[in-house]
This record gives sequence, C-alpha cells and structure tokens, in this order.
Amino acid sequence: MPRLSRAAWLYMAIVVLAAASVFVHVLVPGLDWDVDWDPTAGLAQILLVLAILFLICDSTPATLTSRQSAWSPSSSAALAAVVLLGPGGAAAVGAMSLLSLRRGGLRERAFNGAMNALSAFAAGEAYLALGGQVGVPKPGWFPAAVLPFAVAAAVHVAVNHGLLWGMLLLLPPPGPGPQRGRLDRHLPLLLASDLGYATLGLLIAALWDLVGPFAAVLVLVPLFVARWAMGQFAAQEAAYSATMAALCQAVETKDLYTRGHSERVSRGATMLAREIGMGAERVAAIRYAGMLHDVGKLGVPTTVLQKTGPLTEEELAAIQLHPMRGLEIVRQIGFLTEALDGIMHHHERVDGQGYPMGLAGDEIPEFARVIAVADAFDSMTSARSYRGARRIGEAVAELRKWSGSQFDPVLVDAFITALHREGWESHPAGLPAGFSGQVAAQDHDDPTAPLRVVESR
Amino acid sequence: MDSGQLLLVAAAGVLLVAAVAQTAAAGLVQPRAALAFGALIALGELLRLALPGDREAAPIASTGALGYALLLRVGGAPAVQPALQVAAVTAIGMIVGALPHLAAGRPAGTAGMACRLLAVAFVAAAFRPIANLAIISRHVWLSVAVMAVLIVAGWLAECAIRALIRADALRARFGVSLSDELRVQLPLGAAVGACAVLIALAAEAMGLVALALLIAPLLVTQTAFRRYAGIRSTYLQTVAALARVTEVGGYVEDGHSRRVGRLAIAVGRELGMSEPELLNLEYAALMHDIGQLSLAQPIPGGATVLTSPADQRRIAGLGASVIEQAGVLDQVAEIVRCQSLPWRGGPAEPPVGSRIIRAANAFDDLVGGSADRDRSAAALEQLRLDTAAEYDPGVVEALSKVTDRCYLGRR
Repeated sequence: MPRLSRAAWLYMAIVVLAAASVFVHVLVPGLDWDVDWDPTAGLAQILLVLAILFLICDSTPATLTSRQSAWSPSSSAALAAVVLLGPGGAAAVGAMSLLSLRRGGLRERAFNGAMNALSAFAAGEAYLALGGQVGVPKPGWFPAAVLPFAVAAAVHVAVNHGLLWGMLLLLPPPGPGPQRGRLDRHLPLLLASDLGYATLGLLIAALWDLVGPFAAVLVLVPLFVARWAMGQFAAQEAAYSATMAALCQAVETKDLYTRGHSERVSRGATMLAREIGMGAERVAAIRYAGMLHDVGKLGVPTTVLQKTGPLTEEELAAIQLHPMRGLEIVRQIGFLTEALDGIMHHHERVDGQGYPMGLAGDEIPEFARVIAVADAFDSMTSARSYRGARRIGEAVAELRKWSGSQFDPVLVDAFITALHREGWESHPAGLPAGFSGQVAAQDHDDPTAPLRVVESR
Repeated sequence: MDSGQLLLVAAAGVLLVAAVAQTAAAGLVQPRAALAFGALIALGELLRLALPGDREAAPIASTGALGYALLLRVGGAPAVQPALQVAAVTAIGMIVGALPHLAAGRPAGTAGMACRLLAVAFVAAAFRPIANLAIISRHVWLSVAVMAVLIVAGWLAECAIRALIRADALRARFGVSLSDELRVQLPLGAAVGACAVLIALAAEAMGLVALALLIAPLLVTQTAFRRYAGIRSTYLQTVAALARVTEVGGYVEDGHSRRVGRLAIAVGRELGMSEPELLNLEYAALMHDIGQLSLAQPIPGGATVLTSPADQRRIAGLGASVIEQAGVLDQVAEIVRCQSLPWRGGPAEPPVGSRIIRAANAFDDLVGGSADRDRSAAALEQLRLDTAAEYDPGVVEALSKVTDRCYLGRR
C-alpha cells in the first residue's frame, strides 16, 4: 500500500471510528437487537455460517486491475445477515473483512472491515425503516419483503462504493500517467454485479428455514462462477493490451528514433481524452487508436522513410497514404468506428491543409483531432536524426503556435492543462551506443520540420 | 445444416409437437407457474450468450427450464405439472424468445435450442413422475441429491450431443470434441445447475417471486461471460489484423498469414489437438512471419521457404522475441521460434505446432492463393520428398487430407 497523505489518514480514522461507534451503539443496550427470532434457529449458528461465507468470498477476490478494486461477492453474505440478524448482526458480518485471508496490511484490513461494517449496518437500517422483518423468513413474508430488501441492497452498494471511492480519491495515483481512469472503466459492471449478487442474500435468508446453511453452499456456486468469469475477462484484457503493445513495438523496430512513439501517443491521447471528459468506453478505444495510429507506415517503403534528401511527389504521396494503409489493417478489428476514424484522419489539419481527405474544423472526427495533438507533441519532444529532443516548454510553445491552424485550439489548451498536472515522460534522447542501423532522416509527424519535397519540373 | 443437426432438430420437433398436443388436450395445469417460467425461459432465450469457440448458450433459459422441471411446491401447494407440460412450456418459451433474433436477422440457433430442449425434457421425464412421491417431497435432502444427479446426467448428455455435432461439422475427433465441450461448458453448467436447484427450492419458500430475484445474479454472471467472450474474439481479430502488417509492408504475399492460419488449424484438428492448443497454434500461425519486420529489406516474394536455414532461424527467433515481449504468449513464442527447425536432425524435436506451421507455411509459399489442384499436388509431393528430415510425415499426410477435402468441398 502506498504512503498515505494526511487527508487519507484522517478519512480512514473517521470511517473506522464511525464503524466502532456502530458497534458500541449495538452492543451497549445489552444485546437488545430488536429481533423477534426463534431460539431454536440458533443466532450464533447463523452468525457463524454467514461470517464464514463472507470470509470465503472476501478472501478470494477477482482482481480487476492493479488497483485495490478487487471484486468479491461477499455482499451477499452481509445482506443475508440484514434479513436474518438485523443491522447489528449485518455489521458484525461485514467487519469480518478484518480477518480476510487476502494479503494486506493492518491499515487496509481496518479500513475494509470498517467500510463493510458501515455499509451492512446502513443496509440493515434501511431494511428496518421500510418495514422489513428480521429473523428466519416464513413463507408469508413474501413478496412483501422484496421491496425493503431491494432498497437495502441499493443502500449497501451505494455506501460501500461511496466510501471506497473517497479513499481512492485521496490515495496517490500509482505511477505517472493516466492510470486513474482504469477503475472507472469497470465501475458499471462492478456496481451491477454487486447489486445482482446482493439479491442472492435474500435467497440465502429465504431458504434458511428449508435447508439451513446449505443455501449458502448453493449460492456459492454461481458466485464463484461469476468470479471466475470476471477473472478470466480481466486476465484476457491484460493479455490483449500486452500483446497489442508488443506488436506495435515490432512495427516500430524499423526505426530506432520512433521507438516507443505509439505507446507515448497512446498515453498522451488517453490523457487528453480524459481531460475533455470522454466516457470510459471511448477512452479505452482512443487508447488503442493511439497505439495503432501509425501502423500504416509499414506500407511505406523503407527507402522512402529513410531518405535524407527532399522527397519526390510520388514519395510524398506514399507517406501521405499511410493513414489509409493503417485503416486497411485495423478495419477488421471489432473496434468502435470512432477509433478507425481516429487512425484514418490523424493527419488532417483544422485549416483543411492536411491529408488524406483535407477535412477542416469540426469535419475532422474528434478522435483524430485528439491523436493529432498527442502525436505532434511526442514527435517534438523526441530526438530526431536532424535535431535533438525539444524541451517540454518549447514543444508547448510550438503547439500554441500551430493552434488554430494545425490543431484544434480547445484541445491544445486541454492538453497543456493535463500536461501541467500529470507531466510527460519523453523519449530518452539519442541513439544507443553502437547502433549501426539506418534511421529516418525526416519525420512526417513533426510540425516544425515539414517534409521537403522536390520542386516540380 | 448437416445430417447430425437435422436429426437433432427433427427429434426436438417431434417432442415439441407431442408435448404441445398432449398439453392442449389435457389442459394446462397450474397456469400461473407455467406462465412465469415460460416468460423466464423466453427472456433467457432472448439474452443468448456467445461462448469461446463459436458456441452459443442461453444460461437463463436453461436455468428456468430446469427449475420448472425440478419444482416441488409453489408456496405451499404441490407442483403437479407433467413432464410433457414442462417440455411444451420450455419449447414455446424458447420459440417466443428466438423470434426477436429472427426479426433482427440473426440466426435462429435452432440446433442449440433443440439441444437445450432435449436435455430439459430428459430431466423432466425422470423427475416429474417422482416429484410428488412422499419420500421425495418430505425429505428435502433426498430431493436435492436426486436433483443434483439428474442435472449432472442431463448436462453430460447435452455436452455429448453438442460434441457429436461439432465433431461432425469440424471433422474433429469425438473424444477431443467431448473434452473441449466439457471444459468450456463446465463453469456455466455448474452455475446453471446450482441456480436451477435454488429456483426450485426458493419457489417453495417464497413463491414465484423467487424467479424475479434470481434473474439479477444470473444476468451478472452472463454479463461477465459475455465480456470474457468478447475480449477473446477482439484479441484474435487484433492479432489477425496486426499480423497483416507484414503483407501491407510487402514482406509476404497478400493473405499469406490468414491462409497459413486456416491451414494450420485444419491440420491441428485433423491431428486431434484440443481447443486451447489450437488457439495457441492459430496465434502462432498468424504471427509466424512477424520476425520479417525486423529485416531492412523484404525477402523477394516473402517466401521464407526459399531463404537459407540460418536466415529462417534468425527470422523465427526475431519473431519469437517480439511475441515474448507481450509476456503472456510464451507457448506461442516457442512455437514461432521452433518453426524453422527441421523435423529430424535438429537439436531437439520441435513442438507439434511448429511442425504444422513449418509444413503449412512451405505449402502456402509454394502454392500461394492459387486454387489450382495440380499445383497443390505438386507442392505436397515436394513436401513428401522432404519428410526424411525437413517435414513431419504425419503432418504432411494430415495436410494432404485437409487440402483434398478443401478441393472436394469446392466442387
């Protein structure tokens, strides 16, 4: 776990104290839990089974991302406790996170335990407030119990994610660059699954009379299958990103100077896309579009890319065709069409002087305008054979200079704002010692050094 | 539709007609439960799910239908629907749920529905006659055990039918197909089975509202599966697309990697490879020439079969190191690395995937996109002459069978 800021410590202390006060409030009046329960059912047994169920679910989370947003279906145990035991018992089940077998320090356990206890308690109170009955359900309780339970489930999800979200805001982002949005990408699925699995809590409670703890076993099966599928999904997605990055790197091996260009353009485009408030799906798409934007360069003969002198008309045309070539390659991938537009039009200029179509202003798809800014910025801050890398400040000045003619002014401003906040990791200058391969003598992405063309006869 | 599928659909059709006729004649028993379960089945059929390997499932429909077959009581009253009524409700629910697919121009998925219907009918036929015996309805544990056994048996039968059809359509071996099917269907099958028992029990405790409650967690499971299947297919598409950069870059002939991919898969299947192995083989075949990107100048014609063994090894090694960069495809990298090694006389025997790609690549380099049968026969003859050291004779024989079939199919 990273070092905590003072605000994060304070926040954590407040959450833990609130949870502690809930327990004091529940326990002090002398175990008077307002529960009209059947003594033969065995309160202790119910508590024990639900606590174990909670622990099993909580200890084997499916990791969605590198962040702490591991997903576990433990909410169903807490919500079963809402019906079977009432708010106090639910809070006790939620506090089981303290004992979770998941790796993690004391701080993390304390916070998770407090968070889960608070959300379970809130759910229990909501259930009672709407007239839900506490105890082992009888057939006569349904369907009347469904509505208070649904509200309790919603309250549980809201409190749980609210508290977690607050903590994530206060934690330092892990590493530079736009990592922050990765949690958000999974958020809708996460919320929906929490809500969906919460309803299993009511089933556990309803079946208690009939099969007792076996209900919990039955419920575990679909829970674990869902967990498995989520885990597979996350693993496949990570593998996908890694493979894509590796293949993009392979495309770049032709020219050492542009090494890492796709990766950085992808990062820059993602940063800018977040800055202008694009939705999670679109941000994911632009990340891939940025990575693949120059894939069509493979279709340009190496001799043209590495030519030192001015280009002939034909050679210029070959270079200007590369966005179309790129489109041709990636068209069969099931992307958003926007990503394809971004790749095809990333060399259009706002003043209509770009290629391949000569679109102007708003005719240029938003993805393409975003990629254009990140593309040029990375080209300028990287070393080229005909010049060293520019400093960030100089490159920003150049962006401003071309703002309105080559680039969309709104996007240039947003990019600079994001840049100041998140910083930029540019390409290490120069070539590695002993490199004897050929390098490109011109860069079609560099706005400060336009491609030189032979005057027509 | 081939003969196996036709037979399956015909059997389901006969069952459908008999069940509907019988139910119409005898009258619908307990219509409220029938309607509720029918609606759940229709919803499930509407929300079909694509599974890896071009499969289709409707987990919510299966859960609903199995739950209806296993129902003991609704609220306090015993459930007395006969097995044929279960089949009729399931069939009609499925057809209603399939109609929107037809309207949207998607395939009706008749074979899949027939398979699901037969499995449910099997469970219902076994369970309905005993559902109201005192020994079952009084002893909840016994009833749960019987339910579990029937669900597993029904699931095994369904998988066997699917494997038969698949083995027939793809010309794979039945044993391999069956184990592929069981592996792919196991997680979802377990969830469906557990939820079916849950529905049957919960309907007893809570009445029909239990159906509505179980939809939510089932939907979540289904969504997670859908995303998983989605990213898997995007993954494959992306690898296929990016493998094409060697074609656009003029390193290899147009369509080469895709053709080698198709050939390699067919040969691998002929040799009895399982689905996970085939997936790795497909990735490797698509990317087998990626190492050529590191060459300053394309090989004339892009045909690696014409270059020196040392160059072949260098290109294969470069390609493998590109793939290793990803960190997740180590087996694929190994296949790509060893594709340049001869079958015999190398330092070690290359993995079967490498041997397949070596032969498929040589075949395509010699034949290209041409559909000329003589040219293909000549190329095969050339590969056969080299089976002493270069190419694995088993692979070459499989290749010859696969290409023969391809010409038969084209006529």
